[in-house]
Amino acid sequence: MNKVLLMLLLALLARPAAALDAAAVRELGFGDNDAKIAAIAALVAEGDPRAAGLLQAFADGELSTSGERVLVVQGDAGFDALSGAKLEALPEAREDVVVNNRLRRELGIAVAALRLVSPQRETRLAAARELAGGADQAMLPLVQKALGKERDAQVRRLLELTAATLELKTGSRNSRIAAIRTLGESSNPATKPLLLGLLEKRKDGSYAEPDAELRAEAHKSLRALNGRLAWGDRLSLAFAGVSLGSILMLAALGLAITYGLMGVINMAHGELIMIGAYTTYVVQGWFRNGPHFDWYLAAAAPAAFVASALVGMALERAVIRWLYGRPLETLLATWGISLMLIQAVRTLFGAQNVQVENPSWMSGGIEVMTDVVLPWSRIVIVFFAAAVLAGTWLLLTRTRLGLYVRGVTQNRAMASCVGVPTARVDTLAFGLGCGIAGLAGCALSQIGNVGPDLGQGYIVDSFMVVVLGGVGQLAGTVYAALGLGFANKLLESWSGAVLAKIAVLAFIIVFIQKRPQGMFALKGRAVEA
Amino acid sequence: MTRLYGPRGWSAIGAAALVLFAVFPLLALAVPESSGLHLSAYWVTLIGKIMCYAIVALAMDLIWGYAGILSLGHGLFFALGGYAMGMYLMRQIGRDGQYRADLPDFMVFLDWKEFPWQWWNTGHFWWAALLVVAVPGLIAYVFGYFAFRSRIKGVYFSIITQALTFAAMLLFFRNETGFGGNNGFTDFKRILDIPVTTPATRVALFAATGAALIGTLLLARWLTTSRYGRVLAAIRDAEQRVMFCGYDTVHYKLFVWTLSAILCGIAGALYVPQVGIINPSEMSPANSIEIAIWVAVGGRGTLAGAILGAGLVNGAKSMFTQVLPEYWLYVLGLLFILVTLFLPRGVMGLIPGSRSR
Repeated sequence: MNKVLLMLLLALLARPAAALDAAAVRELGFGDNDAKIAAIAALVAEGDPRAAGLLQAFADGELSTSGERVLVVQGDAGFDALSGAKLEALPEAREDVVVNNRLRRELGIAVAALRLVSPQRETRLAAARELAGGADQAMLPLVQKALGKERDAQVRRLLELTAATLELKTGSRNSRIAAIRTLGESSNPATKPLLLGLLEKRKDGSYAEPDAELRAEAHKSLRALNGRLAWGDRLSLAFAGVSLGSILMLAALGLAITYGLMGVINMAHGELIMIGAYTTYVVQGWFRNGPHFDWYLAAAAPAAFVASALVGMALERAVIRWLYGRPLETLLATWGISLMLIQAVRTLFGAQNVQVENPSWMSGGIEVMTDVVLPWSRIVIVFFAAAVLAGTWLLLTRTRLGLYVRGVTQNRAMASCVGVPTARVDTLAFGLGCGIAGLAGCALSQIGNVGPDLGQGYIVDSFMVVVLGGVGQLAGTVYAALGLGFANKLLESWSGAVLAKIAVLAFIIVFIQKRPQGMFALKGRAVEA
Repeated sequence: MTRLYGPRGWSAIGAAALVLFAVFPLLALAVPESSGLHLSAYWVTLIGKIMCYAIVALAMDLIWGYAGILSLGHGLFFALGGYAMGMYLMRQIGRDGQYRADLPDFMVFLDWKEFPWQWWNTGHFWWAALLVVAVPGLIAYVFGYFAFRSRIKGVYFSIITQALTFAAMLLFFRNETGFGGNNGFTDFKRILDIPVTTPATRVALFAATGAALIGTLLLARWLTTSRYGRVLAAIRDAEQRVMFCGYDTVHYKLFVWTLSAILCGIAGALYVPQVGIINPSEMSPANSIEIAIWVAVGGRGTLAGAILGAGLVNGAKSMFTQVLPEYWLYVLGLLFILVTLFLPRGVMGLIPGSRSR
């Protein structure tokens, strides 16, 4: 990326046009470090975009001197630093110009400052970001000039911030007040120390900032900033909660059908999630070199559903069917199945994690505020979870299969009497629950590692969701998943991930004491059989 | 005496005691290493380890086979007993650790200056022995009291015990908990001021484990053949009817649950000095659920079956993990499925004349 940019700039350099400041370029080659830094500042102040290429070359260690001339050497080719013209032959006797860390820092900021006038928005944005980190007094005019021309809101915000930071240090009283106000409108946590610095009290009791009016302004700005930062925190916390909740819901939704509706305790549920994730991996492999890689998920999601559903139906026919009504035995047998599935995946794909790539439209995110980025992958999963939930609900309430499933779970004997093929309904319902687990695996493959142990991490959590939500319907699962997601993230921000998890588990154990049937118990006469 | 076992039963136990306390120690200590009859340290440790598991299996059988409560958290009690003993063993290392410090190595590594409160008094064996019994017992009692009082049973109970051991595992993985984090305790040097890895110490620990196993068996037998045991079996088969008869089932269940946890703790305490390591992975849900399969393979509801199952499964496990490590999970998984589908009474169900109660 940098190289391409450099070539572009060098091409610009090569155009016959007014040359750079000759004295400054000579200082770059021959001056001592202080003179070099002064020269860099001079080149930046000039604001010539071609200087960016030269300074970048300097930072990359491509600057040499030969006799009186300063050269840019790239591989076997040499260019005159001043005019940018390509040299006929590279002189034998030349000396590299050494770049130390201090120079490199100066160069980085200088190049960023010069790139502020680049026509590409991305380049300007990157440059503005770099400058927000550490700009120099000398760049204030350049930043202000760039600000005058800038149209993009995001770049403008960053530049305004940088300008305000610089003004605050040196500007006139009025411009400093204006700068403080600008800082108060930002939502960048990096500005907080600046404002705090103004309010600081020295040891002898005097303020670091003698002007009382300035201090009052700083106070106001700081309050506004703190308020906005707190909102940012709350927003990212809420999003993390929704995101985790939607993931838990996806993982638990299938279980809500197999365990909640059918009463089959399936310890291999996590492994069906894993199968979905590995199916996604395999489908991704088919698309890898094709032109439609970005859309592989459209094929992977149904494939994951089908793969997990088929495995689930096979399990139901072969094992689980014979254990209906014996939940503890079902638990043990399905645990055995899960062990075998884990080992089978290890044998097929190896014990290492496999790499599932996001399609390009899922990388990146929406930057709501500075430091508050909502990744697309998680946003997509929230919507995906909602879609799966809606689909499941429709299937259970609006189709004949759903009617049968509900009928069989409510009264198996009666359903059988009126001609419902209960055995087939069992298989299909179990397949549906497992297929949803596969969809969960497809979603999880987009945000986490895919390995043979993937399912083990979710099995305890998803059972907690179902147990907390109550058995027999989907609504409880949804509320429990979202509630647990929020609670987990909220506690995490106080006490760290592990303690949060322990606290949530402890809470569930206590909660079950109070309401053994979960939050949303079905009302009815169905006491224990 | 006669209530527990008939003459044949007592002679079998006597023979087992003879083998454990006389034959094996002789083979391990008196027979020279060159002889084919010599029992190597590997076998002493392996059999000792399996006997610890057999105690756990008996404890599990009491709660699952006789009271119908499937616990998926017994690994927690086992590990707690192990950790209690481990703390004492760590204290016994003294200044012989890597850092030659008074504190165990991991504490020096974490830059701690003194023992955290959990370690109070753990330098004394009697205190460690008390912890081995008290910690699992107390946790089981409190947890069981709340669970049984709110009538949590069946699969719900199983899943909550699984969550319990899972949470404990997460807690013990943290360095801040004060039990060595991921690595747990290892590199033990002494027990009761005697070097822990000498053949004589190994055999002594082996014999102690054997004694504990026989003691547990007799205790369990006494319990299950008593009036209390009959009520327990009745609770397993029809809890509501027992309640309607006027029995307070909570206390019956609570007693056997707590006893079961204490037995696991003792097994863990015997396990740690023989195996030489204890870490949080002992608390993983997978370990706990494996205990259930030992009992299921042997035949739940029969005490001999529990011991047999622990021996069979763990014997197969150590064989497989040496010869065909990648197939062990297939075998174990298949065992879970086949036993539940085809052998509901376990191996003991195959023996004519044995009947579970």
